Amino acid sequence: MTECLDHSAPEPVFAEPWHAQIFALTVHLNEAGRFSWAEWVGRFSATLKHHGLARDLDGGNDYFVAWLETLEAILAEEGTAPSKEVERVRQSWEDAFLATPHGQPVRIEAP
Amino acid sequence: MPHDHTDHPHALLPPEPALRVKALETILTRKGLIDPAALDEIIDTYQNKIGPQNGASVVARAWSDPAFKAALLENADPVLADLGFYGRQGEHMVVVENTPNQHNMVVCTLCSCYPWPLLGIPPGWYKSDAYRARAVREPRKVLADFGVTLPEGTAVRVWDSTAEVRYLVLPMRPEGTEAMTEEELAALVSRDSMIGTDLPKVPA
Repeated sequence: MTECLDHSAPEPVFAEPWHAQIFALTVHLNEAGRFSWAEWVGRFSATLKHHGLARDLDGGNDYFVAWLETLEAILAEEGTAPSKEVERVRQSWEDAFLATPHGQPVRIEAP
Repeated sequence: MPHDHTDHPHALLPPEPALRVKALETILTRKGLIDPAALDEIIDTYQNKIGPQNGASVVARAWSDPAFKAALLENADPVLADLGFYGRQGEHMVVVENTPNQHNMVVCTLCSCYPWPLLGIPPGWYKSDAYRARAVREPRKVLADFGVTLPEGTAVRVWDSTAEVRYLVLPMRPEGTEAMTEEELAALVSRDSMIGTDLPKVPA
């Protein structure tokens, strides 16, 4: 944990924009009453424990990958966002990014 | 995947997890389950409005106002709610006071429960397996990694946060600060000193 010694340097609140987005999405769903925070912590800590068996998590990107996987699982189970639909929409976004000229806003069509 | 050429013919493709997050947002927005403006507001709040300065102002006030400190240690929730620092996830806040006999340190062994309204989003090391496992097992060694050495007679107590209870450490007021204003005192209070992995700065 030598990186702990360097804790006086200012750190960005979120290292990547998508870390902020998945965090906000989860907080928003909790505040809208889709799940309690205790339920969230129960599910999320189980994912972290599972991921942590294979290797030590550094609390950075791997932490938010576990966070995303947990939210995806909850939304798939309750039928809000089934995994096939998520994969289809993810692919639409990927295609849109690759097809949109640099500098233009990236959008996907409604189904 | 990142591109290694400089003139992108198309928009830069975000990393895989970012596309998955966008997919979730798109699906939930289409179903009317989320409000994209509310997401922006949450990000703005945590990025720009909430941070350790909130906790530092509470510590500085506790150092300056004995009645406030007594109320804070007795039952922090109403005191913090009066200041606008309430938990959006319905958690209880508990403030633990450092004394010459006891140093307090906070961890979340489950995941990363943390007093967001007072300290913002936790730093990476707080969320790491290394800190979460070692803080309980060998707190003095962890403190040494942070450059904190305590007198031998000071016991270390580690508080494990949960979804329901979050802790804030009230550090000891440094000597030589008797004439300082609350604002000056707050500047001595680092984020880590409120997690218990640092001590307040001693004025020069």
